[in-house]
Amino acid sequence: MNPHTPAFLIVLPLMAAPLCLFLRKKSVVRVFASAVALICACFAWQILLHVITPGESGTRVIRYAMGGWGMPMGIEYYIDTANAFVLFIVAGIGAVVMPFGMGCKGLAGPEGQQHLFYAALLLCMTGLLGIAITGDAFNVFVFLEITSLSTYALVSMGTGRRALTAAYNYLIMGTIGGTFILVGVGFVYAMTGSLNIMDIKTILAEPGALASPTAAVAFGFLLVGTSIKLAVFPLYQWLPNAYSFAPSKVSAFLSATATKVSYYVLLRIIFTVFGAAFVFNVIGLQNLLLPLSLVAMFVGSLAAIYQTNLKRLLAYSSIAQVGYMTLGLCLIVIDGNTVHNYDGLTGGIVHLFNHALMKCGLFLVVGAIVFRLGTTTVEEMRGLAYRMPWTFAAFVVGGLSLIGVPGTVGFVSKWYLVLGALAGDQYLVAALILISSLLAVFYVWKVVEVGYFQKPDGDIVKTEAPLSMLIPIWILMIGSVVLGIAAEFTTSTATYAAENLIRSGIGMMIGGGS
Amino acid sequence: MKEVATQYGLWHYWIVVILMMIGLYIVIARDNLVKKVMGLNIFQASVIMFYVAMGKVNGGTAPIWALDTQEGHYQNAVFSNALPHVLMLTAIVVGIATTALALALVVRIKEAYGTVEEDEIVEMDREAL
Repeated sequence: MNPHTPAFLIVLPLMAAPLCLFLRKKSVVRVFASAVALICACFAWQILLHVITPGESGTRVIRYAMGGWGMPMGIEYYIDTANAFVLFIVAGIGAVVMPFGMGCKGLAGPEGQQHLFYAALLLCMTGLLGIAITGDAFNVFVFLEITSLSTYALVSMGTGRRALTAAYNYLIMGTIGGTFILVGVGFVYAMTGSLNIMDIKTILAEPGALASPTAAVAFGFLLVGTSIKLAVFPLYQWLPNAYSFAPSKVSAFLSATATKVSYYVLLRIIFTVFGAAFVFNVIGLQNLLLPLSLVAMFVGSLAAIYQTNLKRLLAYSSIAQVGYMTLGLCLIVIDGNTVHNYDGLTGGIVHLFNHALMKCGLFLVVGAIVFRLGTTTVEEMRGLAYRMPWTFAAFVVGGLSLIGVPGTVGFVSKWYLVLGALAGDQYLVAALILISSLLAVFYVWKVVEVGYFQKPDGDIVKTEAPLSMLIPIWILMIGSVVLGIAAEFTTSTATYAAENLIRSGIGMMIGGGS
Repeated sequence: MKEVATQYGLWHYWIVVILMMIGLYIVIARDNLVKKVMGLNIFQASVIMFYVAMGKVNGGTAPIWALDTQEGHYQNAVFSNALPHVLMLTAIVVGIATTALALALVVRIKEAYGTVEEDEIVEMDREAL
C-alpha cells in the first residue's frame, strides 16, 4: 500500500466532484464518476487488507498525518479495522451504485442536470469517507456537513414536489443533529483542550476527568446528534420521507452508507473517546438504548407491513435494521473495565456490512422497477415476477436476507446478535430478535405475493430491466448469499473491529468467557 | 460573594443557552418555513457564541506578537485561545451554506405548492394521497 493512500481516498472524490461540473456531457460524467468511485473502492480495499493483516501486536493501525502535521496540532487520519471496514463499505457501495443504470434516462436527477447530480453524489461520498477516516473530532463535523449538504440537494432532485419538503425536513433535522455534535465537540474541547480523538481519550483517562458533569453533558450532546443522523427510534422522522422521495440511486446509496457511517461515529464516541466502562457503567447507556432499539425493531417492521409504497416500505425496514445495530452495542457484557463478551457488538458491526449489501440491492431493484413500471406502489406490481423475472428474483433474495433466512447475510448478523443476547443472559431480548425477524416475513411476503401470485390486468409482456441495472443488483445479491454461507471474512473482520474498538478505550480489557 | 461572582462571570454561557432555546423553539413551533430557517440560524449562532466565549481569556488580546519599539523585543501579552475562534470560521461557512440551501428549497417549495406554511403543505399532501 502506498503510504499516501488514505489521503488519496479523500482527495480523489473531492477533486473529482467539481470536475464533473466542467464535464457537462452526461455520458462522460457518468463514466468519470463511476471510474472515480471504482478507484476509491480499490483504495479502500487496499487499506482494509493492510489493516487486518496481523502485525506485531494484533491488527495494524494506520496513522496518517495530513500535510505532515502530526497530532495533536495537525489533522490526523486514524484507521483501524473498524473504520477500514466502514470505508470499504462506503467506497464499495459507491462503486456499485454510480454505474447503476448507465445509459438509462431519468435515474440521475432531472434531464440536463446529471453533471450536478454526480457532483453532489461524489461530494456525499467524500464526506462519508471523510467522517470514517478522520481522527479529528472537528473534522468529523466538517465532513458531516459536506455529506449532509450534498444529501439535501440530492434528495430534492427526486420526482414530485414532496421530494422538496422531504429534503427541507431532512435539512432541519440534519442541521440540528450536526449542531448538537458541534456542541458536544465544543464541550470535549473545553475539557481536554484537544481535538484529536486519540489525544482526547488519553487526557480523559486521567483520574477524575470523566467525573466532571461536563463529560456527561458532552456525551449527551454527541449521542443525540449522532442518533439523529443514525435515525435511532424516536429521532427517525426524516428518514422515511427522505428515502421514499429521493431518486432511487440516492436512496440506495444513502440507505447503505449514511446511517452506517453515523453508527461508526457512535461506536467511536462510545468505545474510544469515553471508553465502554464510563458509558455502560457510569452513564448506563444500555438502559436507554436497549429499549429504544427494541421498540425501533418492532415499530419499524410493523410500519413497513402497512406501507403501500415499496420504497417507503424499505425505508421503514431500515429503521428496524438500525434498531438491530444499536441493539448490538447494548448487548456488551461488561464488568468493571473488563469486557467479557462482545458478540452483540460484532453482530452490530457485521450487520453494518450485511445490511448495506441487501438494502442497497433492494433499493436498486426498486430503481429498476420504477424505470420499467413508473411506479413504486406495491398494488401495481401484480405479476411483475413474470415481466421482470431477474429483477424480481433479486428482490426475493434481498427479502430473504432481510428476514434472516439461513444461507443469507441477514442470518449471520442475527446469529451474532442472538449469541450476544444469550451471553448476557438476556433471553427475552433474544426472543424479541427472533419475533421481530418474523415481522419481516410479512412485509417481504406482501410484495412477493403481489409479484408472483396476482395476475396483471393485461397480457404479460416481458420487459426485463437493462443489463446495466441487473449487473449491479446481482453483484450485491450474489454477495449477500455468498457472504452468508462463507461468512468467515466478514465476521472475522467485524470481530477484529469490535476488539479494536473496545481496546481503544483506555484501560479496557477483554476478558475470557462469562 | 465569590459564588455570585462566578455565576456572573459565566453570564455569556447563559446567553448561549437562552439563544439556543429560542432557536430550537422557533424551529419546532413555527409553521412558516422561512421562520424555521431563522430559528435554525439563531440556534447555530448560539453555538458560535459558545465557542467564542470558550476561547476568550480574561484580558486576552488577539494572538499577534506585537513588537515593542522602545524596548526592541516582543511584548509579553495574554492571548485568547485562537483555535475555537478559527473553528467557528468553518462553522459560519457551514451555516451560510445550510441557510442558502434551505432558502433555495423554500423558493422551490413556494413554486411547487404556492405557500410556505407547513400546515398548508401537509394538508395539500394529504389531499393528494
